[in-house]
Amino acid sequence: MSLMMSDALKQSVRFKLDPTQRRLLLLLAALVVVFTLILGGGLFSQAALFSMGIQLPEFAILSLAMMLTLLSGGLDLSIIATADLAAVTAAYALHALIPHMGLAGVPIALAAGLGIAVLIGLVNGILIAVLGVSPILATLGTMTAVKGVGLGVTHGGVVSGFPAAVTFLGNGTVYGVPFSLLILAAIAVPLGLMLAKSPLGTFIALTGTDEKVIRYSGVSTRSVILKVYVLSAVLSAIAGFIMMGRFNSANPSYGESYLLVTILAAVLGGVDPNGGFGNIGGVLIALIVLQLISTAFNLLGLNPFLTLAIWGGTLIVTAGLGIARGRLGSIPSLWRRTQ
Amino acid sequence: MLKRFLATHEFRLLIAAIALTVCLALGSPRFLAPQNLLDLLANTAFVGMLASGLLVVLVAGSIDISFTATASIAQYVAILAAGHAGVGLVGTVLIACVIGTLLGMLNAWLVSVLRMSSIIVSIAMLNIYFGLLMLFSNGQQIFSMPDWFPDALSWVVGTAPNGDPYVLNAQIIGLILSFAVTWFLLNRTGIGRQVRALGGNQEAARRVGFRPLRLSLIAFGYLGFTAGLASLVQAQLAQSVTPNVLVGRELNVLAAVVLGGASLAGGQGTVLGTILGVAVLAIMENGFILIGVSSYWSQCFIGLVIIGGVAVIGLERKRQRNHASRVIAGPAMTARTITGGTE
Repeated sequence: MSLMMSDALKQSVRFKLDPTQRRLLLLLAALVVVFTLILGGGLFSQAALFSMGIQLPEFAILSLAMMLTLLSGGLDLSIIATADLAAVTAAYALHALIPHMGLAGVPIALAAGLGIAVLIGLVNGILIAVLGVSPILATLGTMTAVKGVGLGVTHGGVVSGFPAAVTFLGNGTVYGVPFSLLILAAIAVPLGLMLAKSPLGTFIALTGTDEKVIRYSGVSTRSVILKVYVLSAVLSAIAGFIMMGRFNSANPSYGESYLLVTILAAVLGGVDPNGGFGNIGGVLIALIVLQLISTAFNLLGLNPFLTLAIWGGTLIVTAGLGIARGRLGSIPSLWRRTQ
Repeated sequence: MLKRFLATHEFRLLIAAIALTVCLALGSPRFLAPQNLLDLLANTAFVGMLASGLLVVLVAGSIDISFTATASIAQYVAILAAGHAGVGLVGTVLIACVIGTLLGMLNAWLVSVLRMSSIIVSIAMLNIYFGLLMLFSNGQQIFSMPDWFPDALSWVVGTAPNGDPYVLNAQIIGLILSFAVTWFLLNRTGIGRQVRALGGNQEAARRVGFRPLRLSLIAFGYLGFTAGLASLVQAQLAQSVTPNVLVGRELNVLAAVVLGGASLAGGQGTVLGTILGVAVLAIMENGFILIGVSSYWSQCFIGLVIIGGVAVIGLERKRQRNHASRVIAGPAMTARTITGGTE
C-alpha cells in the first residue's frame, strides 16, 4: 500500500532514481525477502499492513518537516514541541467551542492550532534569517520555550475527549485505507512537486548549498528561510493533529522520541545534512524501510528498543557501504578482482 | 585586560547571573543559605560535568549528543560490576571512564571514516547505544549498591546552625575537577591549542601538520570520559541506576554550553562561559522553585532565556562578521582586527 503510494508519487514527479534511492529500494527488497522468509505471509497480512499504514503518517510528516529545514541548510529541533502545542491548543479550543457550536468548532479549533504553529515558525525564521542565530540553537530555544508553554498550560497532564471528527484524523479509514495515510499523500505530492519544480523549491535547495552566494544573486534568502520554518511548523502541527486523533488526547510530551529519529530518516533518505541535496522520494522510501523493520520486529516479538538500535545501525551501515563502494569500486568489480 | 573582558559574552553572562542571584536572594532568603547552595551544586554536577566535556568537542568543531547514552551504559556496567564483582571504588571509576572514553572514541572514528557530519553520526549512535542498553538491561533499575558507594568521597566540612552537616561530596568534587581539568586541557596544553585550531579551520590545521583524527579522538574520548565520571556521580546522587533516565537530557547540556558562548561552528568557547551558562540555567531552575514560580512554567522561562541568549550571541557574531568583511574590503587590513573579533 505504502509502496504503491511512493511509486505513484515518483511517477507523478518523474524522478529518475538516484543512487541513494536505488540503494534504499535494494535494501527494501532485501528486507521484504528476509522478513517474508521468516514470517511467512504474516508481514503482508491485512492487519500488519494496516498497522504500518496507521503508524507511518505522523512520523513521516514530522520527517518531511525536518527534511525541509535540512534541505535549506538548517535543522528544526522544535517540530515535536510545535506538534504538541498545536494539538494542545486545538484541544482546548475544541473543549471551549464544541458545547456552543457543535462540529463547526472543529475547523476553527484546528485553525487555532495551525495559527500557533505559524507563530512558532515565524519566531524560528526570524531568529535564524534576521538575527543570524544558528538553526540548531534557535530551534533548541524555541523547543524548550514551546514545550514549557505546553507544560505550563496543561500542568503536564492530558487533554482528552474529542468528537469523532477529530479521532477520525488518526484512526479513521476510507475504503480500508487509513485516513492519516491519505493526509500524508495529500501533503507529500504537492510538497514533492514544490521542491522539484517550483522556484521556491529551487531557492530552498540553493539556500542550503550556499546561502551567501544565493543572497548576492538577488534571492531574498530571508523570505526563503522564513517560509521553510513556517512550513515546517505547519507540517508539524498537522502531525500533531494526527497524533491527537490517534490517542484521542493531547499532551505536551507526546512523540518526543521521534525528534532525533526524524533526522535519521531524512538523512537515510539521501538528504544532505549540510543542506542543498535531497528529495522527497528518497525520504519516503527510507521511512517505509524504517517502518517495515519496526513492524516486522514487532511481529517477531523482539524488544522495541532493538528496533531503535537497528534504525541507528541502518544509517551507519548504509553510509559505510556507500563509503566502501566509493573506495573499493563497485562490489561486483571487487569480486571479479579477487577471482 | 579588564576593558577587553567587559566587552565579552562572558561578562554579559556574569552580569545576568549576578542579577538573577540578587533577585532570587531578595525573593527568598533560603536561596543563599549554604545548604541550598551546596544542594544546587550537587544537583548541577551531572549537567555541568557533561557540559565541560561537550565544550571540548564543540571547540574541536564537532558535536556529539550521544553522551547521555554513553553515560547510561557506563553507569549501568560500572554499578553492576561494583555490586556483583566487588571491584571497589577505583575499579568502578576505571570501568565507567574506560567505557565512556571508548564509546566516545568510536563516535570520532565513525565520523572520520564515514565522512558524515558528527551530529548525524552521534544521533545514530545515541539510538544504537541506548537501544542496546535497554535491550540487554530490560529496562531494569539497579537498587542494590555496595555499602561503600553512597558515602564514597564525601566529607563533612561544617555544621549548619540547626545541626545539619555541610557535606563536600563527590558531586561537588567532580564538578570542580572536570571544569579545572577542561580549563587546563584547553588553555595550558598543546593538545588544547591544536583542538581549538582544528575547530577554527580544519583544513588549515591539517596543513600545519596537526592530525585531525587523533585530535577528534581525544576530544570525543574526553567527552566520553567525563560522561563516565558524571554518570557515577549521578548514580550516587540518585542512589539508584535507571537505564532510561539520562537519555533525553543531552539537549539541556547543549543548551547550557551554547548559552555560555561556545559556537557550533567550532573554535570558540571558554570554560568560564560554560560555567556561567550552566550556572544561569541551574540558578533559574533552583530559584524559581524557591520563590514559588509554578514548576510547570519554569521550563518556559528557561526556553525564553535560551532564545534571548542565542539571539544576543547571533547578533554579536553578525556584527563581528560585518565588521570583519568591512575590514577585509578596506585597504587598511591588519591581522589583529580580523582575529581580534573572534578571540
